[in-house]
Amino acid sequence: MNLIETLRVALTALSTNRLRALLTTLGIVIGIASVVSLTSLGGGVQNYVLSQFESLGLDILTVSSTRARGSSAIQPLNTADVEALTALGEAANIKAVAAVYSVQGTGVMGDSSVSVSVQGVTPNYGTVNDWKPLTGSFITQAQVNESARVAILGSTTVEDLFGDASYNPVGETILINGQVFTIVGTMEERTSTLGTTNETILVPISTAQTRLDNVHIAGKGYRVSQILVQVNDADTVDAVTDQVEGYFLRAHGIANINNADFSVTSATTALEALEQVIGVLTIFLSGIAAISLIVGGVGVMNIMLVSVSERTREIGLRKALGAQGSDILGQFLIESILLSLLGGFIGIVLSWLILQIAGQFLEDLVLSITASSALIATAVSSVIGILSGLYPASRAARMNPIQALRFE
Amino acid sequence: MTEHNSNTVIELKDITKTYTMGEMSLQVLKGVSVEIKAGEFVAIMGPSGSGKSTLMNILGMLDQPTSGEYFLDGVEVARMDQRQLARIRNRKIGFVFQNFNLLKRTSAMRQVELPLVYGGGKDRSKKAKAALEAVGLGHRLDHLPSELSGGQQQRVAIARALVNEPSMILADEPTGNLDSSSGKEIMQIFQRLNREEGITTIIVTHDPWIARHTGRVIMVRDGNIIADRLVADPLDATTAERPSEAEELEELFKEAYNRTDGVPAAFEKAEAPDTLEAEPASGD
Repeated sequence: MNLIETLRVALTALSTNRLRALLTTLGIVIGIASVVSLTSLGGGVQNYVLSQFESLGLDILTVSSTRARGSSAIQPLNTADVEALTALGEAANIKAVAAVYSVQGTGVMGDSSVSVSVQGVTPNYGTVNDWKPLTGSFITQAQVNESARVAILGSTTVEDLFGDASYNPVGETILINGQVFTIVGTMEERTSTLGTTNETILVPISTAQTRLDNVHIAGKGYRVSQILVQVNDADTVDAVTDQVEGYFLRAHGIANINNADFSVTSATTALEALEQVIGVLTIFLSGIAAISLIVGGVGVMNIMLVSVSERTREIGLRKALGAQGSDILGQFLIESILLSLLGGFIGIVLSWLILQIAGQFLEDLVLSITASSALIATAVSSVIGILSGLYPASRAARMNPIQALRFE
Repeated sequence: MTEHNSNTVIELKDITKTYTMGEMSLQVLKGVSVEIKAGEFVAIMGPSGSGKSTLMNILGMLDQPTSGEYFLDGVEVARMDQRQLARIRNRKIGFVFQNFNLLKRTSAMRQVELPLVYGGGKDRSKKAKAALEAVGLGHRLDHLPSELSGGQQQRVAIARALVNEPSMILADEPTGNLDSSSGKEIMQIFQRLNREEGITTIIVTHDPWIARHTGRVIMVRDGNIIADRLVADPLDATTAERPSEAEELEELFKEAYNRTDGVPAAFEKAEAPDTLEAEPASGD
């Protein structure tokens, strides 16, 4: 008996029991729908996170101090380090080195006051972070040289101090930690929810190091909180990370990277870690959803067993008319595969609906069923069909035609 | 008797069948030997438990004997495996069952095509149509079993048995589920196919009236053939009128009220007489 005949017989059998066929597939429908929706959601979240990180800059390494293991002594980062790294320059794939020294400060404007992180920054801090002033201009080298009392406000801080984010305060003065600063600019609002904050005041780094704090280190200039190293190309992040780590290990006289009192992180490493977490979570949730696929498979097997015993006489007849055991096996196996594929198909359609609805609530996420998840769902359904149909079908194939024909 | 005569369709030699259940073993056939020639129309009769069903299953190659030889068209088939048996059933045997055994929700054409599907033959629809026309159902090709009368359903089953041009048709109580006029119709078809097409036909029945339509009666009891006779003057299904139920009952009542103790007999079905009404002619 050829495949077309087998398919025809299986389709006839299924269409005579439409409601039962649909109910049987329910377990598989739910299983496939939840696995496909969850993997697509996971993919959407992953893409969203990736885009957030890209806006943050995948080409930036951040060096900061950390407490070394088993030691309380930290050799702070300083301006000498910044100069040394800058000197490595293009040859080491380093495009720019920016530094930050932040202090906690209170900004006062008339009756309003805000408690923010006041960040002393180098003039290239804006370009390195791809963060532009909205009004006025960014910190200049001249202002750094003279430790000028000038400030640039983040958009949230503008709103907090002036009650209106669109207000242009350039030229006005505010008090920061009791000292008078002239506002020379405001920063555009950052939409990224990661990284730089809009609730901040930027000042020249030297001003923060000497006027708002006093962090002179003999022979090494001034202390800095963070050094940002921008690389030429995101692909060279790992190589530059090694170089920067090497520099600080030498400078701090540390032999083992595990004992380092500094850390070099990049968005890439953070991204990889996050992607891994999201990936594991997606697999975990899909795994739970996949349990319902097993339940669905048991349901199909159950109905196939019922179907085999209901059609015992038919099996006997077919055998009497010359059907081989393999013909009967094929007939029931195809029927069970068709049932499961039907479930898989409905499941994919259902997950498409679920994602459409989810997309209404999660506007930031791009949710779509990938071809690969649809293919996998189809393959999984066929495997379930084969596995759950094999036992009932082989029972049918082994039936004794005499007993089958007499079966009431 | 020539061995494996080209004229011989079936030759059973000392066939036995023993069923074993645990330590109990029951010999259902105790050495049956019989030969059936091409074109014969045979009835196998016997009460329940006589072994006639087992004999039919073995003839139809649905079951295999414990010992003995079975030549079908000169080929020993008693020791074949399941695959070979299925193939021979498909090619050489046309089954007709008491309960028709048609597939639900399947058109007459598809029912008749089924043996061709398993046999892998060509021109399926042409052959199926011809077989249905042969049983007078050329105008009912697309009908489902639920749209056909019992007699018509059995005719579809006969067409299905015929379609592969088998060596023999094996019919198990083919009229058992039919009213007498449909039964008569079916017997007419069997007689016509046997007479005109020369189709070897074996009917298993317990009904002597049906048996009288055939040319030869084989009587089985307790696992042995106790009689094997030719029917001298077979009834012609087109003309023979079965005595009505009322007439049969009348006979029964006469007998009951003739009893001396005056107690009426229970309304049980009259037992078929063991002897055949037609005068048996010498068999061999």
